[in-house]
Amino acid sequence: MDRRAFLTAGRTKNAPIPAAPEFRTESGLNEYQGAWTRNEAQHLLKRLMFGSAKQDIDYFSSRTMQQAVDELLNPASQFPAPPVNDYTEDMADPVVAPGATWINDPTDNNELNEFRQESFKKWWAGVMLNQDRSIREKLTLMWADHFGTETNTIRNAHFIYKHNDLLRKDCLGNFRKMVKDVTIDPGMLIYLNGYLNEATAPDENYARELMELYTLGKGPTVAYTEPDVRTAASVLTGWRINPDTLEVYFDPAKHDIKSKTFSSYYNNTVIPGRTGADGALETDDLISMLFAKQETSKYICRCIYRWFVYYKIDAAAEANVIVPLSIIFRSNNYEIKPVLEALFKSEHFFDVLNQGCLIKSPVDHVIGCMREFNVVFPAVADYTDAYGMWSFIRSFMQAMGQNIGDPPDVSGWPAYYQEPAYHEMWITHDTLPKRNQFTDLMTWNGHTRNEKTIIIDVIAFTKTLSNPGDPNRLVADALGVMYRVPVSDTAIQSIKQSILLSGQTQDYYWTNAWNGYLSDPGNMQAQTIISNRLKSLYQYLMNLSEYQLS
Amino acid sequence: MRRRDFLRNSLPAAAVLPAVVDGYSIKAFAADSPLLQALMNPTTETDHVLVIVQLSGGNDGLNMVIPVSNYSGYYSARSNVAIAESKILKLEGYDKTGLHPAMTGLQRMYNDGKLNIVQAVGYPTPNFSHFRATDIWMSGSASDEVVSTGWAGRYLNTEYPNYPEGYPNETMPDPLAIQIGSITSLALQGPAMNMAMGITNPTSFYNLINNVVDPAPDNPMGYELTYIRTIAKQTNKFAERIIAAAGKVPQQAAYPQDNYLADQLKIVARLIKGGLKTRIYMVGMGGFDTHSSQAESSDTSIGTHANLLKTLSDAIKAFTDDCQFLGVQDRVMGLTFSEFGRRIKSNSSMGTDHGAAAPMFIFGKQAIPGVTGNNPSIPTGASVQDNIPFQYDFRSVYATILEKWFCVPASTIETVLFRNFQSLNIVSDATCKGTPVNDPNQTAGEQLVTNYPNPFTTTTTIQYKTQGGHTLVQIIDMLGRVIKTLVDADLRTTGTFTVTFDSGALPAGVYYARLQNEAKQQVRPMLKVR
Repeated sequence: MDRRAFLTAGRTKNAPIPAAPEFRTESGLNEYQGAWTRNEAQHLLKRLMFGSAKQDIDYFSSRTMQQAVDELLNPASQFPAPPVNDYTEDMADPVVAPGATWINDPTDNNELNEFRQESFKKWWAGVMLNQDRSIREKLTLMWADHFGTETNTIRNAHFIYKHNDLLRKDCLGNFRKMVKDVTIDPGMLIYLNGYLNEATAPDENYARELMELYTLGKGPTVAYTEPDVRTAASVLTGWRINPDTLEVYFDPAKHDIKSKTFSSYYNNTVIPGRTGADGALETDDLISMLFAKQETSKYICRCIYRWFVYYKIDAAAEANVIVPLSIIFRSNNYEIKPVLEALFKSEHFFDVLNQGCLIKSPVDHVIGCMREFNVVFPAVADYTDAYGMWSFIRSFMQAMGQNIGDPPDVSGWPAYYQEPAYHEMWITHDTLPKRNQFTDLMTWNGHTRNEKTIIIDVIAFTKTLSNPGDPNRLVADALGVMYRVPVSDTAIQSIKQSILLSGQTQDYYWTNAWNGYLSDPGNMQAQTIISNRLKSLYQYLMNLSEYQLS
Repeated sequence: MRRRDFLRNSLPAAAVLPAVVDGYSIKAFAADSPLLQALMNPTTETDHVLVIVQLSGGNDGLNMVIPVSNYSGYYSARSNVAIAESKILKLEGYDKTGLHPAMTGLQRMYNDGKLNIVQAVGYPTPNFSHFRATDIWMSGSASDEVVSTGWAGRYLNTEYPNYPEGYPNETMPDPLAIQIGSITSLALQGPAMNMAMGITNPTSFYNLINNVVDPAPDNPMGYELTYIRTIAKQTNKFAERIIAAAGKVPQQAAYPQDNYLADQLKIVARLIKGGLKTRIYMVGMGGFDTHSSQAESSDTSIGTHANLLKTLSDAIKAFTDDCQFLGVQDRVMGLTFSEFGRRIKSNSSMGTDHGAAAPMFIFGKQAIPGVTGNNPSIPTGASVQDNIPFQYDFRSVYATILEKWFCVPASTIETVLFRNFQSLNIVSDATCKGTPVNDPNQTAGEQLVTNYPNPFTTTTTIQYKTQGGHTLVQIIDMLGRVIKTLVDADLRTTGTFTVTFDSGALPAGVYYARLQNEAKQQVRPMLKVR
């Protein structure tokens, strides 16, 4: 059954149909057996990467579904080269040469940190723009949202990079290991005051968020108590950061050595107090206790679901998807990949009712747009220009509500947790015009800096389509990259006629114009005729609400 | 409601009193002729405005409003961050309580009679998690209830029940609420949709082409598409009004530089003066989560928290002065809130952990000046678990604003806040004499679903209008659960129909009738009483 037939099936007259927003599906984790076409490949790419570039749809649609998912979950490329000194024109770095990386330099100087913090954020935008054919970058962003640290609080750029690098390296690994790594990550120790947490003055900040945001979550079955938070804080006492080497170490003298007893929610678990260097082992005991609760696996599976499938988790999705995923998670000792594999190969993931319903985040909107149109940025080696362009892209995402590296608070972006609106929170009377503003700008004028311009090359993009001389195919092929929402033939005809044909009714007006350009590409007039129409077309398609969905 | 309409409709007492309901105090109509005379010539039709200032992170109320009369208890509980007694700002004619030294602006406002300080505002069984506590304040729920709508959103829904169908219109051409900042908050979430629009800068609006192409499919994709299309349409309609309003105000009083909150309030003052009929503005600032280093050890009157309070105080003072300069001070009132206060006892990181009750400021010319309530009691030898108990429920503050500032009748307040709350003496109610009925806001827009009688005891009749196609009428409770589906059908005809809702053994309280007809939806609050 094709999508349209599926959607209209059973809608006979007077038959009750399920009401928005409660229509979900009973499908579960059985492996998807349906057709594997460009449509399904595009769906997979829109969700697992930033945007579905045509060459990526071509690549994966010529493989099997299983091969596509396996490849997306097993990145083959190296980790990205680290951020460099791009700020030498504004501030001379006493240690790091222009164009060289600063990440190994422990200098903790406020002014320098500010430039490096900016360098980091531009670099991250660049890494996302240059992502390989894998889920790695989207997953890194997801974990960055999950742990919700803010560079403005961490300040020290060395730690800021280290935190991000940790998330990227652990993103497809073991979640329990990631929680341990994050717990004693210097950026996190600063962010939630763990480095100040000591026996005589416990600081509950990390302990609380560890339970509420990072592992157990909240919900009717999560019933840890306020004393549990305090007790967990005392377990975690003693972690410190050496201000000279910037290394994390455990200071037994600051550790609370008394025995820690938790509430009945944790089966009255007792973590025996340990002395000396062994005190550090209590952190592992605490993490083991949190991972012994089934809520942890369910909560993390829900977080993943909200990022990659949809924000609404009804009773059927909970029973048929979340619970089975959580069992996979636990039986694989909290390895992340088996969970993702089961989800992305499932009937549920490819269910038509789960397609096209995810509102793009600002990062998805901006990076996805740049990637789908193959916008050419300055080469990474040309670091001054490259960082400058990445900076522009990054600040637009911030204006739309997603400041990478600095979510609003420790809870991350409200779009991933705030009931009842969730992803809809990305779209406001302020951010929606800005999304349009961005795509308008990138279509018509681009952004010029240092005599280089990043802009959507509408002609180059159109040339990649199957038969651009046929205006009907042109519009349909472009929609096959840009849109997930099906567009009716009537609408395609109307768009084609009013934009590509300038109100004419005969398709050959366009065909002639296109062929005229191809036969004389140096002719400015011939080029302008088609480029203005193509700009109007793509601008219009990106202004419509449909474009906000992936 | 507009003042003129209010007056026109508050004439014969017998006719305007709604059916008296058990347990509700109905304010008697007072024929106060001098007042009526004075109000008969209003200079503007716009109504009262509430400015909500959110302090995110959990503000340390104890260092903001300092219990001078129990200074030793205060000092011994938090000696490392306590403000030196000599530096505390004094309040004229009230020596028991003082303000943080950074808040000279608010001190001046207090002394000028434009500030009410409500002590120890909170709620039973306080929650210490940032976003749960924020949700509680925003939603106006009890600690153990998860309500997915906001208190201000529900109020606006009772005032403009047909919103957003047929909006904007002549009665209400403007956004019901405006949030400065891009993300609209839970506080303004109404039962059907968010009642606010979010803006950062009123002159930066951008016109978008929006010719809807296809009908939205009937699935989650179509649901989200409809949402985005709705926002897109409103963005267009309101943008012009806002830009025009902003353009009408060439001059404003001085605001402090580099003050994030002042920047926001400056926009608010401009839009109010520019003639927007918008009822509620939300602004905010963050950074109050001061677990460590909230004050300098060498001088506790300076540092992070002092900077935050100075930003807050300077911004509110400048805004209040500007309202006076612009001649709108009689129409504008504000309040501050934070999701919680902080612990009585400080920690040794020179900070304070998450706490419970904290003071609120009610500011503006119509605030009844003074300090409401007593200094919080501080136990001798306060331990790390000790929190400030609440004296006033935060919903009492909301109820008072609704009653005395927005002139909302008692039964409607109960519909908005789910229960009865104590009325406080913090706001002048001089403009709310009488009992408003037949408010034109009630019929503005496209009325798609109504019920009668309301309040009701067992059954009520729901009238709904359909344009044909799929039509759904559901009963939803205050927690957002669907209780009953009364209509769920594909209709071939357009028209107005009725259906009876028999509430049977359901408990008394607030219920919503929700109509969904293709892309349209509308929600009508209903109150079941014993």
